[in-house]
Amino acid sequence: MPPLLEVRGLKKYFPVRRTWWGGATSWLHAVDGVDLRIDAPGTTLGIAGESGCGKTTLGRVILRLLPATAGEIYFEGRDILKLNYQALRAVRRDMQIVFQDPYSALDPRITVRDIVAEPLRTHLHLGGRELDDQVAALLAEVGLDASHIYRFPHEFSGGQRQRVVIARALALHPKFLVLDEPTSALDVSVQAQILNLLKDLQARLGLSYLLISHDLSVVEHMADEVAVMYLGQIVERGPAAEILSHPWHPYAQALLSAVPVPDPGQRGREIVLEGNVPSAVDPPTGCRFYSRCPVRRPVCREKAPVLADGGGGHWVACHLAGHGT
Amino acid sequence: MSVMDISSGQRRARLAALRYDLYLLRKNVLSMAGLVVVVLLVLAAAVAPVLAPYPADAGTQVHMSQQLLPPSWAHLFGTDEMGRDIFSRVLYGARISLGIGVFTIGLALLIGVPLGLVAGYAGGVVDEVIMRVTDVFLSFPPLLLATAVSAMLGPSLVNAMIAIAIAWWPWYTRLIRGQAVSLRERGFVEAARATGVSHLTIVFRHILPNAVAPVIVQASMDFGSVILEAASLSFLGLGAQPPEPEWGLMVSLGRNFFLTDWWYVTFPGLAILITVLGFNLLGDGLREILDPKTREV
Repeated sequence: MPPLLEVRGLKKYFPVRRTWWGGATSWLHAVDGVDLRIDAPGTTLGIAGESGCGKTTLGRVILRLLPATAGEIYFEGRDILKLNYQALRAVRRDMQIVFQDPYSALDPRITVRDIVAEPLRTHLHLGGRELDDQVAALLAEVGLDASHIYRFPHEFSGGQRQRVVIARALALHPKFLVLDEPTSALDVSVQAQILNLLKDLQARLGLSYLLISHDLSVVEHMADEVAVMYLGQIVERGPAAEILSHPWHPYAQALLSAVPVPDPGQRGREIVLEGNVPSAVDPPTGCRFYSRCPVRRPVCREKAPVLADGGGGHWVACHLAGHGT
Repeated sequence: MSVMDISSGQRRARLAALRYDLYLLRKNVLSMAGLVVVVLLVLAAAVAPVLAPYPADAGTQVHMSQQLLPPSWAHLFGTDEMGRDIFSRVLYGARISLGIGVFTIGLALLIGVPLGLVAGYAGGVVDEVIMRVTDVFLSFPPLLLATAVSAMLGPSLVNAMIAIAIAWWPWYTRLIRGQAVSLRERGFVEAARATGVSHLTIVFRHILPNAVAPVIVQASMDFGSVILEAASLSFLGLGAQPPEPEWGLMVSLGRNFFLTDWWYVTFPGLAILITVLGFNLLGDGLREILDPKTREV
């Protein structure tokens, strides 16, 4: 059986400056050669990385909400970048997205009933009683009361809105969800509820998640596999427990050291990165992390490291991998 | 709670919201005055045949014995050089002016709104082409463009309205496009695309309803301007033709008698002034109601 999702050499460049006749003079390398896979249904792949590293763009490109510049995206063995409009529409039933900002994710002018009903109307052409029943069932699934059905989005709190977003995403019983920072716009007290709801749904419905987050504690809570992204590329990936306890890549180490620990004795152990993130418009030729790396060597500036298996499914892209810091 | 109860509760909530809208309108004296003027104008147009003392004077009737009589109880606004009752003609003129407003704005919206939606939603080359075309139209002063088009089509009221609409639509295109561009990036549009909803459905179900508020405001304010432009074209002889009781045309015909018979130009002119003012004031009030920023008191 082919893996549920496999991404090979995916690239997404945005034109930055345009000449007056529309040609681009330089490109922003938002996603620059990414390989990923989600093998088993019902598992979560976490994408971790700082703001601007391209993780949101990656999610959008995988769902074909943005056109890819190059690469292949296999969903259940079919390259969805090659699908025509009709075939893509059919595949869309199996892939959905939960957005970061539940305030802009819901059309303010239509009721929750119509929001959740949109996928059902689009694909199943449901109407009347049947539609109402399905919408009520979906709302119940995400922990909302059926009495909310005729309300407008502005009548809900952030957490409730995110539940509506999830209900809409679940309407067609998808197999795969992209969770784009699903909790970062929510109050801390609500974040855990939404994450637990997502875990619960995953266990019950066998969903696979691509979880995009800058928050490593969220990734740790949710993910089975983790990929760490830096400036458009995956620098380290492997089983979540392994990556989050023994990161090899200096960037992953720094990222992990920044997670707060409830122990005052541990204070001051953060690795503070110096320097700035290089521009993604003209990325450096060597290792992209060179300018900020605490353990850089001359070779790092010359040659870009490739992602290689360091054993046990733990892949890392660093010339010094395994040498520690 | 049954579904019935919920929907009746929903209806109550909407009614309360509507009442709040009316409250906002009422609280603003000027926009209330605008509303009164517009309502009176619509009433006048509707009951013109009943209200006008000499309905036939709006048409081809002439009374050569009653030329240029000053205002009196028999002729509230006096009579013109054909002996026609100016009050009756001004009342019937309200019908024409309202018709001009509805038809011209409607036509401009019909051209401008879809183009703006397409430009903003599609982006890229389509956007570029549509917007450069609107720039060409916008680079002419509207009255000059309307005059030229109207002269080309031949002088008649319908042609004048078409000419004004041709000069007018780019404003709506720009307005709607700006809205569509910002809405296109919103999560609910992406969600609809991720679901496989067709572009056409997205544009009409999600973009248009969220983009339309500023256009409604603009259109309501433009009502006055369009009526004024049509009057200007008629004044220049490019719009309504005699004996139509069009206000601009009446002012144009009456200007020959201005020094001796002041009432002839004054009353149609006042009608134009009050109408334009009324629509502008109402439009200002509508903007306040529809703009969430001014809503929060």
